[in-house]
Amino acid sequence: MFTGFDFDVIQRSAGYLFREGMTFTVTLTVMAMTTGIVLGTLLAMMRLSSFRVLAMLAGGYVNLMRSIPLVLVIFWFYFLVPWMGGWLIGATEPIQVGAFMSSFITFTLFEAAYYCEIMRAGIQSIPRGQVWAGYALGLNYWQSMGHVVLPQAFRNMLPILLTQTIILFQDTSLVYVLSITDFLGAASKVAQRDGRLVEMYLFVAVVYFIISYFLSYLVKRLQARIAVPGKL
Amino acid sequence: MKYNWNWGIFWQPAADGSGTWLHYLLVGVVWTLTTALAAWVIALAIGSLVGVVRTTPSRWAIRLGNAYVELFRNIPLLVQMFLWFFVLPEVVPQGVGEWIKQMPPPWSAFIPAVLCLGFYTSARVAEQVRAGIQSLPRGQGMAGTAMGLTLPQSYRYVLLPQAYRIIMPPLTSEFLNIIKNSSVALTIGLLELTARARAMQEFTFQVFEAFTGATVIYILVNIVIAFGMRWLEKRIAVPGLIAAGGAPQAGH
Repeated sequence: MFTGFDFDVIQRSAGYLFREGMTFTVTLTVMAMTTGIVLGTLLAMMRLSSFRVLAMLAGGYVNLMRSIPLVLVIFWFYFLVPWMGGWLIGATEPIQVGAFMSSFITFTLFEAAYYCEIMRAGIQSIPRGQVWAGYALGLNYWQSMGHVVLPQAFRNMLPILLTQTIILFQDTSLVYVLSITDFLGAASKVAQRDGRLVEMYLFVAVVYFIISYFLSYLVKRLQARIAVPGKL
Repeated sequence: MKYNWNWGIFWQPAADGSGTWLHYLLVGVVWTLTTALAAWVIALAIGSLVGVVRTTPSRWAIRLGNAYVELFRNIPLLVQMFLWFFVLPEVVPQGVGEWIKQMPPPWSAFIPAVLCLGFYTSARVAEQVRAGIQSLPRGQGMAGTAMGLTLPQSYRYVLLPQAYRIIMPPLTSEFLNIIKNSSVALTIGLLELTARARAMQEFTFQVFEAFTGATVIYILVNIVIAFGMRWLEKRIAVPGLIAAGGAPQAGH
């Protein structure tokens, strides 16, 4: 079945694939995860806040992001960010935004909506008495959130947050639609140049599989470790 | 810095001469929904089968089922799309491969897209079906056995009717996901809604109108389906159970 295949092309291009492509993919994933979780937590606090307007704004944002496809969001921000940037700094024309910056903003804002829902569930899983106890001790809203509620919510939700990050890691491959050289983009360029689509795409699938499988294995171990005995 | 808004663009004739741009986008959403529905049939059928297999007493069947789910969950959807579109015709016997390659558009993109989305989602459905069956008290299956039902019978008459009703909410979100995920098929040339919004943007330069149009259509589709499913969920909810919100999950 595999006669006539040239698996040598993988060896020839591996350096390029990992140095250029995988570096982009991993950097984008880690940065979008970090800012996405921060932004998502803030959104979750807004959604649960007693200020109606804040709650509605955050809710609207999250629902909007969750009802349109990521590919469309990528296109949206690819064109929107230059205009927003130009408007922010008062330029006369849309500014130039690099491929990395554009995809970083896209994935941060998109994933924040998903992280928000996870953090919201996490915050809601904390008994109300905890917050009251915080207030009784004289903590204000930010202190009781920061020292009492969020650390517990974060800990409870850590496995799901990480699972979401594995999805984010896979989703970053969609920057392909902007012809960006992430791991898949790099492989696709080599594949088209050398006419070796089969070998390259199989290789990409295997690499993604190994990384994602290994990461989800780690999450499972973590989940077992931090699980409260006797619960669930 | 000035952007030339032109909302009238939707009523102007589209570049392919088939009608207005609005009509062009609406044809796109028909493709989106057709692709999603066709893939959903595959996803439900295979997903249920794999999900059931993973709850049977057979050790190796469980392992096989788990391997299936892991395989489809750990490869990005876009890469899977490329495997179905570029790689499959090359690794099947030559005659079949030639036949696939000579398929005329739009089927040449539609069929791989449906297969890809169907199998991808089947792994996620399998996970829900398994969770649904396992959420039932163990006594249910035992009672089935005690009444003299065979294993397939207790699945058919006792376990599955309850499990499906419990997992309706997550299945709804999987169905909404499959609609959104169908946009990935634009990479292999399927002219569904997102692809058409992109084409409209390229022809007319009305970037924000085109994407707003697509966004509004996606939101409307979402709302209609969400309402329909909520109505269905209420009608088929298992009486006496607290409405199953389920544990929070990662997803997209």
